[in-house]
Order: sequence, then structure tokens, then C-alpha cells
Amino acid sequence: MAKNFVTTTINGDEVEFASYPGQSLLDVLRSELHMTGTKNGCGSGDCGACTVVLNGRPVNACLVLGVELDGAEIETIEGMATGTKLHPLQQKFLDHAALQCGICTPGILTMAKAFLEKNPDPTESEVRYGLAGNLCRCTGYDKIVRAVLDAAADMRADG
Amino acid sequence: MAELKYESPQTTEAAVALLAAGGPTARVFAGGTDLMVQMHEEMIEPTLLVDIKRISETRQITFEDDYVRIGAAVTGAELGEHAELKAMWPGVVEAVELIGSYQVQGRATIGGNLCNASPAADSVPALIAAAARVVIAGPGGVRDIPVEDMPVGPGRTSLAAGEFVTSLLLPKRAERAGDAYLRFIPRTEMDIAVVGVGVSVTLNPDGTCATARMALGAVAPTARLVKAASDILVGNKLDHAVLEALAEAASDACSPIDDKRGTIVFRTKVAGVLACRAAAIAWQRAEKN
Repeated sequence: MAKNFVTTTINGDEVEFASYPGQSLLDVLRSELHMTGTKNGCGSGDCGACTVVLNGRPVNACLVLGVELDGAEIETIEGMATGTKLHPLQQKFLDHAALQCGICTPGILTMAKAFLEKNPDPTESEVRYGLAGNLCRCTGYDKIVRAVLDAAADMRADG
Repeated sequence: MAELKYESPQTTEAAVALLAAGGPTARVFAGGTDLMVQMHEEMIEPTLLVDIKRISETRQITFEDDYVRIGAAVTGAELGEHAELKAMWPGVVEAVELIGSYQVQGRATIGGNLCNASPAADSVPALIAAAARVVIAGPGGVRDIPVEDMPVGPGRTSLAAGEFVTSLLLPKRAERAGDAYLRFIPRTEMDIAVVGVGVSVTLNPDGTCATARMALGAVAPTARLVKAASDILVGNKLDHAVLEALAEAASDACSPIDDKRGTIVFRTKVAGVLACRAAAIAWQRAEKN
């Protein structure tokens, strides 16, 4: 199958990949680039497990084509920590035990980070709406919401 | 299975040529939030995807003399952030913002919501109420039609071979005008309309209705304009008798299906309730303008 060559920026690094038409960004990340932090949940934009940030906006990577991304900027879960220093959201997810099986976690962390950049001081209800596109079948969401609110408070305090 | 090809033309003419040459298995690709799902579930097997996002007209919101032009590939998130448009057509923008999650909003386009032709598409009743028109490019040139003439059945539009939607035109808001869109869903977020109602009104200086349009979604094979609403509202204030007549007209316009999301009886009843509530919101907004 004919492949197109695509040049993107992923987590700040220039990345070139070959993609066939019809191949999703999710499949490009996992199968071509071996960046398996982004998870494959439903493949139909319902669960949010594959959330990445594309040109500044959170999107479902399963609904984006690899071939359309020439010149795009992409942020994935692999870019969230700085070296071995976890992002405050990642640390709070550990502190609050806001994960069990962990499949939804990269997508939720990525969505929560994008959400807090737009709304640094959200109410609990706003966090729940903000994460409405991310399904978790283990936690019942409460610990996730508390972790996000706690991280938001710390991030505001740290300016 | 034929090999899938992908093209991203930069001009409308090039897109039309590609779509015309590609035949019935060529598909327009914009936000991908419906198309990618249909491909993933093997409901469709296109041989050509024509990505229209590199055509500048499809990605812009421009204010022209008599109308606002919204590019077909403008996303829900972009519409929601456009303060001027939101002030002018709050009901239309609210309807678009109800579609999907934040992640879907970042990709889903207003043209896609129309062309996917779901009877439950949230933006469509609001666009019909707003008297929006669809600008279509095709082998025969450019034409524009009322939004209500676009969907012809579930998943089917009136687009001819080689045609695609480049933009939508919303009239500039008149004085004392307002619009609103409400839907019923069993959850609070991330769901598909069981009933949707869009209402747009302009008022006279004395507070009576000068013009009105109401459209329903999810209660018939396509979204539909309720022509009787105009006769009921024009010349009147929104008193109890007028609201009762409006609810009855909305319910009378329904020919819904019975399914797991709502029964015929429920959808028909709720259409009337939401018609009154949407009219009241549109009215309040009109009074403030």
C-alpha cells in the first residue's frame, strides 16, 4: 500500500513517519513510532483513552488520520513528565490512587492538562464536564476528580 | 477492496475535480468524527478521501455585508470561542457546542454535522431556525440552498455527484432578535438528541413577534421546519394561549421512530415542551438586543 511521508513535531521533537491513507494517528503512534503510552480503547471517539493534543487542542487520536498531519504539532503522554519529574497531575493521580487498571489514565491526564490550561480554577462540576469524553470503568471517577482538583490547586499556588 | 487514496487540495476547483473523478466511493474528509467511525466499523469503504481543510474558505469565519460566512470545516471548539458570532447567534453556537466531548469538539465541523445527515444532528434545527443557507461547490459551479433542503433522509443529503459544502451563511442579526436551541438527552453530556428544538425570533418595538422560525430534530427522518410556528407567534406576545398553540404545533409536526432512546409518545410530547422553553429563551434574548 502506498505510504505518504509526513513531518510533524511530537513533544517538541521533529518526527517524520510514513503513513498509509486511512491509518489513524493512534495507529501511527503505537505501531509506527512505538509510542504506546497513548491507549486504544474504543476506536470510535467515545472513550477518550487515545486523547492527544493536536495543534493545541485535545482530540481523539483514533479519529485523526496520520496523512493529514504534515506540519502538525502533537503532544502525547510521553511528553508530560520532565525527565523523571512527574507533572503535578501525574503525582496527584498517584497520591489519590486515581487509577486502577490504568488504560484510561494517559488519556485522562492529557485531557485534564489541556482542560486546566483553559480553566485553571474549575469547580468539581466543571471537571466532570471537562472529562465527560473520558471513560473509566474502574475508579468510579471520584478519585480522578479529586486528583484533578488537588493538582489544579497546587498548580495555581505554584503560578 | 480498492486501495484508499488521500488528497488534500488547496482550492475548491481542485476538490470538485477530485470528487467528480472519484465517483460514488469518494468521500469528503473534514473533522473525521463521523467518517473515521464509519470506516472503523466498516459501514463504508471509500476509495478516495478528499480533505477539504487546506481550502482557506472552509476554515474561516468572515463577516460580510448581509451575512456571516462560516467555513464548512470550522470546528465546534472554534465556534464556541468566537465571541462575536456567539453574541449574534447564541442558539446556533450552543447547538454546535453540544456535539460530543471536548475531544470531539476540537475536530467536529459544522459542515460535517450537516452533511452526515443524522436526523438528530444538533446544529441542524438551530441552523434552520436561523434561516441559514448552505453554499455548495460542484461541477456546475457554486449554488446555495436553505439548510432545510440539505438532508433528505437519515444519512442522505441533496448533494449531487462531485458537490461539497464550502460554507454556511447566517443572516446578520436584526435588532431585537434572539435564538435558542434545546435538546432532551437522558444524560447530562455526551449523548444524542432524543428531541431537539431550535427557535429564532425578531420582535417589534412593542414586544410582539415580528418574525419567527422553529425547527425540530430527532422527531422525523430529517430535521424539519415547523411552518405553523410562524403563524402562531407573529403579531403576538408569548402568553399562555400562544405557548399552548406552539406546543401543539411542535407535537403535530413530529413523526418520530420508537427506539431505545425514546418512544413515539415521549418524543412527541417533549417536542412541545422544548418548543415552549426554547421560544422563551429566544424571546428573552431578543428583548435584550
